[in-house]
Amino acid sequence: MTSTQAPAPGTTAPVRRPGDRVFAGLSLSAGLIILAILAGVAIFLTVQGLPGITASPDEVKSGKSFLPYVWPLVYGTLIAAAVAMLIAVPVAIGVALFISHYAPRKLGQSLGYLIDLLAAVPSVVYGLWGIGFLAPRLVPFYEWLDAHLGFIPFFAGPASATGRTIMTASIVLAVMILPIMTAICREIFLQTPRLHEEAALALGATRWEMARLAVFPYARSGIVSAAMLGLGRALGETLAVAMVLSVSVGTVTANLISSTNPSTIAANIALSFGEASGKTVNALIASGLVLFVITFLVNFAARAIVDRRKEFSGAN
Amino acid sequence: MTTTLTPAPVDVTRELYGARLPSWGPKAILAAAVVVAGGAYAAGANVLEATLIGWVICMSLPVWSVAVEGRRKATDRLVTTLVSSAFVLALFPLFSILWTVVSKGTKVLSAEFFTYSMRNVVGEGGGIYQALVGTLLITGAAAVISIPIGIFSAIYLVEYADGNRLSRWIRFLVDVMTGIPSIVAGLFAYALFVLFFGEGVRMGIGGSVALSVLMIPVLVRSTEEMLKLVPNELREASYALGVPKWRTVAKVVLPTSLAGIVTGITLSVARVIGETAPLLIIAGTTDSVNFNLFDGRMATLPVFAYASQRNPGIPPEFSIDRAWGAALVLLLIVMLLNLIARLVSYFFSPKGER
Repeated sequence: MTSTQAPAPGTTAPVRRPGDRVFAGLSLSAGLIILAILAGVAIFLTVQGLPGITASPDEVKSGKSFLPYVWPLVYGTLIAAAVAMLIAVPVAIGVALFISHYAPRKLGQSLGYLIDLLAAVPSVVYGLWGIGFLAPRLVPFYEWLDAHLGFIPFFAGPASATGRTIMTASIVLAVMILPIMTAICREIFLQTPRLHEEAALALGATRWEMARLAVFPYARSGIVSAAMLGLGRALGETLAVAMVLSVSVGTVTANLISSTNPSTIAANIALSFGEASGKTVNALIASGLVLFVITFLVNFAARAIVDRRKEFSGAN
Repeated sequence: MTTTLTPAPVDVTRELYGARLPSWGPKAILAAAVVVAGGAYAAGANVLEATLIGWVICMSLPVWSVAVEGRRKATDRLVTTLVSSAFVLALFPLFSILWTVVSKGTKVLSAEFFTYSMRNVVGEGGGIYQALVGTLLITGAAAVISIPIGIFSAIYLVEYADGNRLSRWIRFLVDVMTGIPSIVAGLFAYALFVLFFGEGVRMGIGGSVALSVLMIPVLVRSTEEMLKLVPNELREASYALGVPKWRTVAKVVLPTSLAGIVTGITLSVARVIGETAPLLIIAGTTDSVNFNLFDGRMATLPVFAYASQRNPGIPPEFSIDRAWGAALVLLLIVMLLNLIARLVSYFFSPKGER
């Protein structure tokens, strides 16, 4: 009650020393710099990207105007990320559940570290691994898919002989986004109120029924936002895709296992930026802007869900 | 009333829980799976096929359970098996990556590999000296840019903002910023530097700017968490002694949370030191040693590994070996940084918070 009242008459206002003013100013400006950087990313990309969007087809290397140029790339980005999500989300939920509720409690944290190690591996190493280890080993699997499930458009084939397909790229992406999704799911599973879990068990639920009745309803929004953060990563990942995928620019196909694959926005920038000049550079920057907007929206939505959840849960 | 009868011996567990699998059941099936998978591997199946065979045997546990225990228990066993196999599945790429990189990378490691550049090297030989120099300089400059901004922003958020609207927006946008694709950060640095230096600019410092964009949000979040852990009693004790706020922050709050902040810095460096895409855009690569951040192309370890794999020259195997070698060195640096971070937080954080 009393703490919010104005100082009683006669007392002086708190002393503001010069040191305080400098320090507060430094901190505030550091915070403002962060906002400026984020705004700067959007502004500079727009400024440098606009000439690429408006460029006429014969000014850029691709020989297409911007929309026909960027559409196959957006398609490739989305399909690679979507397949990666299909693989990674169930595995991430499983791993998180294993660490939080199935593994012995003492072991849980160390097992978590082990999965976190996957996040520490640089993307170029993932790329080398994908191209040097994974792709050749997946070729027989793709041939099998082509032979037995070829009637499904995704596996129409003919199967790539090198294994450097959009499917391989998606598997590498799935491994790369696994740690962040696992980490968030794990944290939220661990926050499930003890009483909910014990109530379920006391009513005779098996461990799985306990997870289904107590853990998942509590963690639903957390799982959604973890998945969206993973999606943001998968959309923006560059080098692993650029190295693994054997690209034919401009392809739009549902076929996941052939040797003609659509490129992704990020991979296309990495592969063609070195030799680009003139308006082509601007077109690449504009495609980067498209990627920035897509990932920004995905991350924005994910964080908004997490933040809203924070207010409801008693955990914080 | 009645005389107490000695009750017939009842299997209490069975009465209460119904029929159950013997407690050695799951272990026996796991052991059988391991033995058969090992046998298949010895008989010539590859690792994937052997693992698959073992997994199929593990899946017999729910089948057995449904026969003995009924559907609910069997579902539980099925999920337990699935969840555990998800974990094993997630470990598979980790060990596969470590094994592949170590086995392929150690071939080229030698004193020459670390001390020679690639200048005028065709075919065998040469090394990663220029890339090591570039990585250290660019990451160092990125740290110099990011650390003050990151720490002061965190101080603003925790000590000064008092939960006002601006701080809520900064916090939210910092979270969003952690998701900026690394290549977009590289394009941002390029778009910025093009304004001053004209088209086709390649510069080490541009790489540092791009890495800072990726590093600052990580740094702000970790520092903020650490500052929040400092007990308010410490601040109040300091104020009570008449110490100004800024000296309280500098002399009480920061030293208390120093271990955590250093851990955060190390982890953020580990996060950006392996970034390839932004450096590919703005720093490029070169065969020569370049010590000047402000002049021309600079090689870095990740870009070197990428370029060696992408354009191996003829014959290709030497260059691809060097790519694996560079990847191994990079992986070792990142793992070492992670280890240092864990050790710092373990040994230097205030007692009671371990």
